[in-house]
Amino acid sequence: MAQIRIENVRKEFGAFTAVQSSSFTIEDGEFFMLLGPSGCGKTTTLRMMAGLELPTSGEIYIDGEEVGMKPASKRDIAFVFQMFALYPHMNVGKNISYPLLSQGMPKAQVKKKVDEVAQILGITDILKKPVGGLSGGDRQRVALGRAIVRDPKAFFMDEPLGALDAEFREHMSEELRALHDRMGATTVYVTHDQLEAMQMGDKIVVMNHGVVEQFGVPQDIYDWPATMFVASFIGSPAMNFLNFHGIVGTGTTAVTLAESEIKVPEQLGGARGDLALGVRPEHVHLDDSSDYRGEVTATEYLGTTQIVTLNTPNGEIKARTPSSDRVVVGEKTGLRFDERTITVFEAEKGRAVLSAANQGVLSHG
Amino acid sequence: MSFSVTEPSVATKWFAGTAVMLYAIITILPLMWIIATGFKSPADSIAYPPKVVFEPTLEGYVNLFTQRTRLNQDDLDALPPPETWYDEMVREQGQVITGRSRYGERFMNSVIIGFGSTFLCMVLGTAAAYAFSRFRVPLKDDLLFFILSTRMMPPIAVAIPIFLMFRQLGLNDTHLGMILLYTAVNLSLSVWLLKGFIDEIPVEYEEAALIDGYTRFQAFYKVVLPQAATGIASTAIFCLIFAWNEYAFAVLLTSGTAQTAPPFIPTIIGVGGKDWPAVAAGATIFLVPVMVFTILLRKHLLRGITFGAVRK
Repeated sequence: MAQIRIENVRKEFGAFTAVQSSSFTIEDGEFFMLLGPSGCGKTTTLRMMAGLELPTSGEIYIDGEEVGMKPASKRDIAFVFQMFALYPHMNVGKNISYPLLSQGMPKAQVKKKVDEVAQILGITDILKKPVGGLSGGDRQRVALGRAIVRDPKAFFMDEPLGALDAEFREHMSEELRALHDRMGATTVYVTHDQLEAMQMGDKIVVMNHGVVEQFGVPQDIYDWPATMFVASFIGSPAMNFLNFHGIVGTGTTAVTLAESEIKVPEQLGGARGDLALGVRPEHVHLDDSSDYRGEVTATEYLGTTQIVTLNTPNGEIKARTPSSDRVVVGEKTGLRFDERTITVFEAEKGRAVLSAANQGVLSHG
Repeated sequence: MSFSVTEPSVATKWFAGTAVMLYAIITILPLMWIIATGFKSPADSIAYPPKVVFEPTLEGYVNLFTQRTRLNQDDLDALPPPETWYDEMVREQGQVITGRSRYGERFMNSVIIGFGSTFLCMVLGTAAAYAFSRFRVPLKDDLLFFILSTRMMPPIAVAIPIFLMFRQLGLNDTHLGMILLYTAVNLSLSVWLLKGFIDEIPVEYEEAALIDGYTRFQAFYKVVLPQAATGIASTAIFCLIFAWNEYAFAVLLTSGTAQTAPPFIPTIIGVGGKDWPAVAAGATIFLVPVMVFTILLRKHLLRGITFGAVRK
């Protein structure tokens, strides 16, 4: 069990920079998510922690010890691969026992450990089977078994549910989380699925183009995105951006869009030029008393809620409203935004402007 | 992996079956003829029209393994009675056995050189292929092309330089020389084939082994090698077949101690008239090791040939 600290870690492959100077800390026992689109550097970051890649520069600390240049076999960590990477020429039991055999553990003890792990994962009945014929879920369990069998300092998982069916994923993600809670081991989990990250993670790092965009608990990241990338990557549908040209200064509490005044949280930073108001779809309300108006161009029925697409003077936005709202395509409607949750972004830099509402999140992120 | 395959019709199956049978017969026929000739008497072997039905005899095999001399009838009669069945068989031809032929030695030379070069080729080839497949080797593509290019000319084109080189180095007519030569010729094939096979093995298996606490070398021989077994087996067969059958270099570079079977077999003809059954017997025995080797590895071979044909 260990704390993992990444300091100014950077990775280049030839001329390509996969990870740009990144720093964050994973606390002991945390379920930590590395989230981002493919090619964002999240897997490279994980592989550097595991010792499968060496960082170009920077330091990696596991349990206070600098391990950046230490080979993977000496780091005492476990890794669950996306394709599971079960040894195809060994049966299930042998696969699980393999990390113990490398330590020269006595046979009887190995058997006891393997049986124990098989019990936890509910795979006792398949221990003698070859891995070739196993279902995706069982492979996943065997891969987990191989990881937990020797009580490593940390678990690293690279999209471990990516190869599973959608139905099964949900079940497995619950199992994974339960397993983590039971073992209490530090877990670093790479995913491109924002829902998975929000569901399972204690903390999330969002990466894009090799840069750490934001780092924090899921709720903070969802409510107070530090960048427009985070705002649009997390949440479905993504956060809306109402683009406008103007100025916000310290103390600003409202901006004017298409001649109507829209209240925003008190701004603590200043910005001018191309700006955008970020509003989550569930914080857009259809309200005819408002003089800010949009035209409905499409609706999408989702059961209890519906997604309404609207054309506004500041671009297309989506609203998540109760299905009971009667909406007709082509109709014009007034729009009201939850002022408490609005974030102002500088469109060019893509960064959020500090406000009374998000300062607690942005100041440490 | 999903394929949509429609079951072929009965007519198609029959047609395909017949075609395969015909092809098999055409291919196997010369082989059967050689094997049959090995059991014919010299007279039967050159009979015209050729004899399909004949009385089998081991004369060819006896002649293959013995040196004989022809005696006139009086001298033959003066000899004590033959001690063994093969003595008797030779006497009936008006000859006596004077010693063992060199076929056994030559055959063993073929075994040593063929299997020796195949083994060396596999060791070097697997190591090189693994490195090319897994590591960032400077000028990788150029090196691979260079290795392949050694295969582009007929090897015999360099026969004279190699002959001179071998003479200088004292490798002429030695087992070591022939093993090195066949290894050099086969290495390009084995590196390329094996690289293909190793490329197909996901690198995650080794990484898993590294994480599990094994060294790079342990990961290689405990995880990669077992999975490359198919590729190694089929590559080994190709290398063995080449080294086993090679004739031109063997003629040029070996004459005595290291002479292999291929250049030796034709020399059998010279002893006591055109002894086709003995030649055929030599060829038949010569076929056996490659056949046995191939049959032992046939499961791997079949998988090896189709390996990588399907994108996963």
